[in-house]
Amino acid sequence: MNQKTGQKPAPQTTGHAWDGDLQEYNNPVPTWWLVSFYISVAAAVIYWFLYPAWPIGGSYTKGFDTITYVNDKGVTKTTHWNTRALLMKETNEAVTAQKPYYTKVADTPFEKITKDPELDSFVVSAGKQLFSDNCAACHQQGGAGKVGFAPNLTDDDWLYGGEFAKIQQTITHGRHGYMPPFAEVLDDKQVSQLADYVLSLSKIAVDPVSAQAGNALFHSETAACYYCHGDNAHGRQEIGSANLTDRIWLWANVPGADTIADKEAAVKNVIRKGLNKGVMPAWQDRLSADQIKLLTVYVHELGGGK
Amino acid sequence: MTTGTEQPIEFYEKRMPIVTRSVKGKFRNFKTAVLVLAYTVYFGLPWLPWHRHDAASQAVMFDMDGRRFFIFDLVVYPQNVFWLAILLFIAAAILFFATTLIGRAFCGYFCFQTLWTDLFIWVEQFIQGERPARLRLQKQDWNAEKIFKVGGTHLIWLLIAFWTGITFVLYFGYAPDLLKRFFTGDAASAAYIGVLGLGLSTYAAAAFMREQICAYICPYGRFQSVMYEPETLAVAYDVRRGEGEKGRISPRGELKSRETRIEQGHGDCIDCGFCVQVCPAGIDIRDGLQYKCISCGLCIDACNNIMDSMGYPKGLIRYDSEANLALETPKPPAISWKRWKAAGYLIAILVMTFGLLYSISQRTEFEESVQQIRQPLFVILSSGEIRNRYQIRLTNKTDRDAVYSISAKNLPPQALDLGGMENVTVHSGKSVIVQASVKLEPELAEKYEHFTFVIQSLTNPADRSEESANFYNEHNHT
Repeated sequence: MNQKTGQKPAPQTTGHAWDGDLQEYNNPVPTWWLVSFYISVAAAVIYWFLYPAWPIGGSYTKGFDTITYVNDKGVTKTTHWNTRALLMKETNEAVTAQKPYYTKVADTPFEKITKDPELDSFVVSAGKQLFSDNCAACHQQGGAGKVGFAPNLTDDDWLYGGEFAKIQQTITHGRHGYMPPFAEVLDDKQVSQLADYVLSLSKIAVDPVSAQAGNALFHSETAACYYCHGDNAHGRQEIGSANLTDRIWLWANVPGADTIADKEAAVKNVIRKGLNKGVMPAWQDRLSADQIKLLTVYVHELGGGK
Repeated sequence: MTTGTEQPIEFYEKRMPIVTRSVKGKFRNFKTAVLVLAYTVYFGLPWLPWHRHDAASQAVMFDMDGRRFFIFDLVVYPQNVFWLAILLFIAAAILFFATTLIGRAFCGYFCFQTLWTDLFIWVEQFIQGERPARLRLQKQDWNAEKIFKVGGTHLIWLLIAFWTGITFVLYFGYAPDLLKRFFTGDAASAAYIGVLGLGLSTYAAAAFMREQICAYICPYGRFQSVMYEPETLAVAYDVRRGEGEKGRISPRGELKSRETRIEQGHGDCIDCGFCVQVCPAGIDIRDGLQYKCISCGLCIDACNNIMDSMGYPKGLIRYDSEANLALETPKPPAISWKRWKAAGYLIAILVMTFGLLYSISQRTEFEESVQQIRQPLFVILSSGEIRNRYQIRLTNKTDRDAVYSISAKNLPPQALDLGGMENVTVHSGKSVIVQASVKLEPELAEKYEHFTFVIQSLTNPADRSEESANFYNEHNHT
């Protein structure tokens, strides 16, 4: 700016002189920088007033800004601004946004839900979330279950029935599967014969003579397997006894065993020790009726329920 | 007391305000024409009605809630975002192409920084008068007149900036409705933030920063030099003609006659300074090609007017190339097309434009995706059959409800189960998920390892899409 006039202003100094003539230039920061700095300071002060900021002993300044939300017990709460309350508030909003769909699911009969593309799409996406949060711990992500632990929900085999009403009842009230141990009633040979018979029902090549003996034992009063599994071994869904004639195994890992002997061993183990672990908890206290209904449809569609 | 201090070096030079003079001429007319056209499009487009079935009747609307952009009859969904990438590529290639041919012409005529600065300068001149009047006003002490004139200028600038911001926001909603909600305080906070942000930045950029944006901020100004070649046309001062052997000189007495000037070794430049006064970038083009020049051609107009009044030939300042100016006798300036670089840019533009048009013409009115359910990959049923499940997501991109039929090719009959959703209605702009399961005997699983889902719009028979899918079984799942 001064090139044209050829004059430059006298340099600004800090005003101190050392050693007689040693001086320091005063180079103030640009105005825009200074202004931004003061604006930042003002913004920080406003922030202290609005939000939690300063620690004081065991407490802290809470700020004037508040958040109102409804907690899980239905009580409206107002608190100073914090991220947890913000999460609660946003959760409230999300629940409100989902509400119309849940209401629609609750008001629509099961069969109609699966025929309504938009409602069904909602069930698929919301159901997946609910399932992951509540069911996947046992039934695995995707519902494939685990042999010896939790049933596979994606196949067409249902211990307690695959109709909508049955699934709903299972989720609401839970289930408890039980089979008595036979180790004290039956000797080793009888257990082997029974195991061979059960394997032969699933078309696995075993010793036919032994299987024949097992058949007799199955229907005899000694072992009395038919009490629970039925005359034709198809199982009884009202008590949750397994269908022994299909190729689906829950407690004995028959598909996972390589040799016939291993398959036999797996079945024999179940017969000897019995079962007291098919326990599914009741969900009525944890999930709402609407959520259970939605899960029912979701699970039904996982396995092409009946 | 002597300090012994020396004069400090000035690291920072304050901006000298540029007060431009108005000018008449063909480049000014072209610039004005572009300006009027650009403003008409920008400020008018949100108000152009367009017939739509179930969306706002607005020709161009960016519907953020519905996640779709309406651009006349084209509806763009997030899935089409690569069109934007191609469009940006084409725009960049056109910019490079133009630069290699005629230099920084985009900056001078089309860039919105230029357009808004031009408008703001025009307002300034309308209220405060021509350059001498404005310079006087700047030096004047503050009084009623200065407050009125300067204040009025800033007021109108702010109004323009505000309306610029409002207009931008109107593209994101149904304009008449959004405008009403904006003023009644019912609009989304994003609208207010948008207007404030864009309004203030327009005001700052066009009223205060002006050429500093081009010189110090704009990245294009930084890299445009790599696109320059000796053949590139740029605003240039014909030094040999202007300076002669003894340099420029103002016309006094006998020096008014061109013949005398040439005899005495002086050039045609009469050193009137008009070219400097009209320059919005505040440069002297006679110093040669420089990075601050935005090629707007106003100095050409100014110089031509002077040459006319002096009776000298026009074109002392003109669009010309370095190569041509260096010739013994320069040829009439012309755009030099025949260069590999230009051809390369042109090919890139053509290829990508064709690609974009092809992609747009091949779009289906719906979007589909088939996702195999991988947890578990396959299920063995009690009968021993194997089942695979798929999720088909269908999005209706048209502006009315549509019915789609889903079927499968290369599968035995009865293998596909859609749970009764063979024909599915999807509302406009919405998506549905259809669960499909395929059931095969183990011995058939190998044969039908690959098959195809066919999705056909029943509403518009030309709309059809196929998606290949895999069938997994015990043997091929690893």
